[in-house]
Amino acid sequence: MRHIISVLMENEPGALSRVVGLFSQRGYNIETLNVAPTEDPTLSRLTLTTIGDDHKIEQITKHLNRLIDVVKLVDLSEGSHIERELMLVKVRATGAQRAEIKRCTDIFRGQIVDVGPSVYTIQVTGAADKLDSFLEAVGEAAIMEVVRSGVSGIARGEKVLSL
Amino acid sequence: MELLSGGEMIARAMEDEGVEFIFGYPGGAVLHIYDALFKSCKVPHILVRHEQAATHAADGYARATGKPGVVLVTSGPGATNAITGIATAYMDSIPMVVLSGQVMSHLIGEDAFQETDMLGISRPIVKHSFQVSRTEDIPEIIKKAFYIASSGRPGPVVIDLPKDLTNPHDKYEYNYPKKVKLRSYTPAARGHSGQIKKAASLLLGAKRPVIYAGGGVVQGNASEQLRVLARELNFPVTHTLMGLGAYPASDRQFLGMLGMHGFYEANNAMHHSDVILAVGARFDDRVTNTCSKFCPGAKIVHIDIDPAAISKTIAADVPIVGPVDSVLTDLLAVIREMRQADSSLPDASSLKHWWSQIDEWRDAHGLWVKPRYDISTPYIKPQQVIETLCKVTHGKAYVSSDVGQHQMFAAQYYKFDEPRRWLNSGGLGTMGFGLPAAMGAKLAFPDADVACVTGEGSIQMNIQELSTCAQYNIPVKIISLYNGYLGMVKQWQDMQYEGRYSESVYENSLPDFVKLTEAYGHVGIKVTQLSDLEEAMKEAFARKNDLVFMDIHVDPHEHVYPMHIAPNGSMRDMWLSKTERT
Ligand SMILES: Cc1ncc(C[n+]2csc(CCOP(=O)(O)OP(=O)(O)O)c2C)c(N)n1
Ligand SMILES: [Mg+2]
Repeated sequence: MRHIISVLMENEPGALSRVVGLFSQRGYNIETLNVAPTEDPTLSRLTLTTIGDDHKIEQITKHLNRLIDVVKLVDLSEGSHIERELMLVKVRATGAQRAEIKRCTDIFRGQIVDVGPSVYTIQVTGAADKLDSFLEAVGEAAIMEVVRSGVSGIARGEKVLSL
Repeated sequence: MELLSGGEMIARAMEDEGVEFIFGYPGGAVLHIYDALFKSCKVPHILVRHEQAATHAADGYARATGKPGVVLVTSGPGATNAITGIATAYMDSIPMVVLSGQVMSHLIGEDAFQETDMLGISRPIVKHSFQVSRTEDIPEIIKKAFYIASSGRPGPVVIDLPKDLTNPHDKYEYNYPKKVKLRSYTPAARGHSGQIKKAASLLLGAKRPVIYAGGGVVQGNASEQLRVLARELNFPVTHTLMGLGAYPASDRQFLGMLGMHGFYEANNAMHHSDVILAVGARFDDRVTNTCSKFCPGAKIVHIDIDPAAISKTIAADVPIVGPVDSVLTDLLAVIREMRQADSSLPDASSLKHWWSQIDEWRDAHGLWVKPRYDISTPYIKPQQVIETLCKVTHGKAYVSSDVGQHQMFAAQYYKFDEPRRWLNSGGLGTMGFGLPAAMGAKLAFPDADVACVTGEGSIQMNIQELSTCAQYNIPVKIISLYNGYLGMVKQWQDMQYEGRYSESVYENSLPDFVKLTEAYGHVGIKVTQLSDLEEAMKEAFARKNDLVFMDIHVDPHEHVYPMHIAPNGSMRDMWLSKTERT
């Protein structure tokens, strides 16, 4: 199963490499990864998605917790949560295709953020599977470049991951 | 408030931390630190002959005393030479603080002379590491390093020190913290009481119980608690290679080591058990044999300070995270309460059947009941060497070992009655560990007998330390089992490669170890006859102030048994001799 693990860690040099190193060292895979500072400048928040059975996910969370730089973590997939990813896609858009792509972007509530004589750059946000569907809808032939931010997530309701 | 340079801070912090020895080797990046040590530090420094030996000596000191070992090395090659020893300590959860020099801050990343990314290289083999970026932070970082290294599940911590931050001109306030707190690091202080109750009822209902105790009992200083609990319950106890000594070997309830080269009775007791109490052990592949066939009827209680060690390879039915000493104490209290409250609970005598079964196994193939090795050959048997060593030192010596057949014979035949006497690289299996580890123990306990059991292969991996022993007068006894082969490699080649000895034979290339030892100013004794063995060993240990190298020629073709049948075997599947198997 796919899990979204969100980690609060010390904003220290080397902290990220410890997390990434742990995954390669122990043979766990990372599907997506993002990391950025939080409202508290001494902490950064790292979100990663990974795939594994319960045993593997338990090992991953235990080993992450063992890292001295990791303050707290949560497996968001265990409860109800909101998941978002941002994607920028550059597509070839000429002739009749221009209207078609525009329509498709609207359906997915995306935005065309840059326009050229024969290209559109489109921004789409949402859960990862929505972004996948968008790419499918536009079609491989038109796609020139895809940039995805990796998944971010937050728990629904009162639950927070903080000190 | 006192003003000190970075170098002086390090020297002072070693004193304030109560460090007894620094094991190290100087070089460009740490010269400011060495100058500060020279000028003011009261902590003796041991100049090894190779940085790997510094880490192993610090490690041996740590294993013998329970206190963190301290290493100081220069950048680049000094740091990389220390890596094997750091990995060795990491795999066995040994507390260690490694101070490694680094090029000047402004040169980092420029491929400067003797620059290496020590934090990057050591990352997978440290508990934690620090790069110092401001001189003012040095005292607090050192305090944190000692705290992290020695608390929770212990391990090595590296501090990377750019040279400019230790220069003698820039001085800052020095204040060594009494305590540090890390918001992201709080090792468990007690086990969960509900889990402990569950464990107690499981143990009290057991018909075929066994206690499987590992290095965590030694590192967690819980031998006493283990002894009391095991005796109260009348449970058999087996140890991993790392646990030896935590439970007294001469006690009737002790079944010997378990695992790949474990005792027949220990492996069988495990396989047939209905409840296993695992304490500070990690179900290592050298213990379990094939995981899917591991102890099919057993419910498992697993106590460990590290949650990640629990249910890693074998699922625990009752996991308990906490320091082993306090958990065992709590467990014993609950068991006593339960027994008091309910007199119908089975008492120690209810295990009579189980014990008679175990005694049957022990009589059939136990290594300590009578010699199981073939004494019809003209050679000294390696097992006899260890038996003699145990006899001559009354089972009380600190014994380090290297890696190979000699190591397994030492583990099987030296009867350790006390924890922290057996100093051995179990996790990484590092040849070259033995001599420097023995040095660390001998420095810590100068009046104790300290022996290094080794082979002619392993000893050559750090033999240069004979020179260090001469400089600081470290009179360890080296018990070298000369078989002319990389014996353990040869054993596998005999068993799995039809005796093709690919690169495991020395032919006529070995030095005269007696002369070699004498060249370093020590004493060498060569023994080739069994009849000379005991006298020679007595003489060696009678020479209190001499390092003695005993070059003992043993049967070149001996194998270590029992040996797990692998792959696809279970705990109870073993070779018992070259021809006999279960
Ligand atoms: C540094 C290192 N290299 C290689 C090995 C693999 N190895 C394990 S045992 C062994 C043979 C050791 O020979 P020796 O020290 O003579 O001991 P013996 O088995 O003959 O008693 C080897 C090469 C190891 N454990 N460590
Ligand atoms: Mg040998």
